[in-house]
Amino acid sequence: MYGNGLVTDRDMARTRLMARRVRQLSLEMVARSQASHIGSALSIADILAVLYWKVLNIDPAVPNLPSRDRFILSKGHACTAVYAALAARGFFPETDLLTYGQDGSPLMNHISHKVRGVEFSTGSLGHGLSFGVGKALAAQRRGEGWRTFVLLSDGELDEGSNWEALMFAGHQRLDHLVAIVDYNKLQSLASVESTLGLEPLADKFRAFGWTLREVDGHDHTALAGALASVPWEPARPSLLLCHTTKGRGVAFMENKVEWHYRSPNAGQLAQALAELEQP
Amino acid sequence: MRNAFIDELMALAESNPQVALVVGDLGFSVVEPFAERFPDRFINAGVAEQNMMGLAAGMASEGYHVFAYSIANFPTFRCAEQIRNDVAYHQLPVTVVSVGGGLAYGAMGYSHHAVQDYGLLRLFPNMLIGAPGDPMEVRACLRYLVANPQPSYLRLAKNGEPSFHGTPPELSPGAWLTLRPGLDGAPVLLSTGGTLSQAMAWSLAVPGPTLRVCSLPLWGMACKGRQASQIGSAERLITLEDHLHDGGFGSWMGEALSEHPNLRAGHRAIALSPEVCGMVGGQGTLNQWGGLTLEALERCLPQAKTRLEGT
Repeated sequence: MYGNGLVTDRDMARTRLMARRVRQLSLEMVARSQASHIGSALSIADILAVLYWKVLNIDPAVPNLPSRDRFILSKGHACTAVYAALAARGFFPETDLLTYGQDGSPLMNHISHKVRGVEFSTGSLGHGLSFGVGKALAAQRRGEGWRTFVLLSDGELDEGSNWEALMFAGHQRLDHLVAIVDYNKLQSLASVESTLGLEPLADKFRAFGWTLREVDGHDHTALAGALASVPWEPARPSLLLCHTTKGRGVAFMENKVEWHYRSPNAGQLAQALAELEQP
Repeated sequence: MRNAFIDELMALAESNPQVALVVGDLGFSVVEPFAERFPDRFINAGVAEQNMMGLAAGMASEGYHVFAYSIANFPTFRCAEQIRNDVAYHQLPVTVVSVGGGLAYGAMGYSHHAVQDYGLLRLFPNMLIGAPGDPMEVRACLRYLVANPQPSYLRLAKNGEPSFHGTPPELSPGAWLTLRPGLDGAPVLLSTGGTLSQAMAWSLAVPGPTLRVCSLPLWGMACKGRQASQIGSAERLITLEDHLHDGGFGSWMGEALSEHPNLRAGHRAIALSPEVCGMVGGQGTLNQWGGLTLEALERCLPQAKTRLEGT
């Protein structure tokens, strides 16, 4: 764990600062390469800041340390936020982010394990949780104490493979597996509710054998309080259902489906960055 | 073959603590000894092949060599993207094991027929295909794969197949095993997978000089460059498979010989017709209906043209 298990005001000041940095870097990457998915990245910036600066037991100098916690981004299209977090956390220089989406760069527009600190490439939705299940199962069978965190989107819960994995993890009592759902209620074309409704989502997870907590996914104290203490219950995998806002932090992007696809132009980037600078 | 598979896997697992077996709720009367001997390395993933393959990749990323076992199409087409993205792209040591390759589950119907699997699996650059022709080749494939862990596919027939090797042969990807030498320059009948028994029987039944019979139990995209040189002085190479021609072993060989027009002109492929399997039949019956016949072999031999011209 980065720091200790206690959630202090100082910790939260740092994670909030880093969330802002993740947002800034993500916006710049997306604008520079005219890429998509900025709304999805902004949605998880706070979750990532709490993970990378408060929760995960990781060492940027030794990314493959056997005892490390594993983090998997299943919603691979939000990769800019993870690349930003890894750079800001010291896995590689922030200047590498300038190559995002450029010819010859390993920083693909869906998360790539060719990048230092990334455990697993995704992009096709519905793959991350099963892969994390395999990692958690390996740890369980060997009696090792590290944890596996998988961050999923709400839209990707349409994929049946996730429900296979949820059922399996509950059955196998994988209590060192933590799924985090970025429940921003918007997916690719429209709202989750109008596309393929997920409710009652918390009840579904509980019915599959998971112990569950719900938080405001932008409340650092709530996120840290929940994540710093996993596993929450012996013999049950943990699921943190994070209520979030797609595009969070940039008012003109918040809750707008179009920012799943659009890239900010120079003026929009400047406006967004200025907004992030406001206290 | 499936009994040889589990026997050999258990022997290898005794000395290699990384060997694990994940099944998709199939393998009754086959996998139980492994589950009893190595309970910490046996997982029944249930009837959920996508998760089975994804978790196999996750385990493999933590050092296990995972054998993901099911029958016919289920561990391949049902979870093709997991094999492509999670296993092959990440170059993880997962061996996808399909029992009942070809038409081994004949009477079970089309859902249980694995006749397009080579076509799928050979598309992945990092995937080595294991298609043993007899129980000894099953053991040899397993020994090779455990010694050389990598993304791989092991296609097994079912059970009761005869052994043509006295002991498990040494294998090298892309290298043919000669089962019957034939005469110098004789046509080569090259089988992959469970059609080896037909190749051995037919080679004695066709008129003319004795064929050279070979088996190719390990092949894939990376092995094409080794094919041309093994044809030697033979003017005719006939590939045999219980798979559709499209995307199959014969197509692969055609691609391998594409830069050798003379050799390619001498290549013929015996493969299953795409029109087979609209009715019930055992494996032998369906193979015949699908075109795997002695007559098909005779048509592929060089003297066939001469005979036809003489009538």
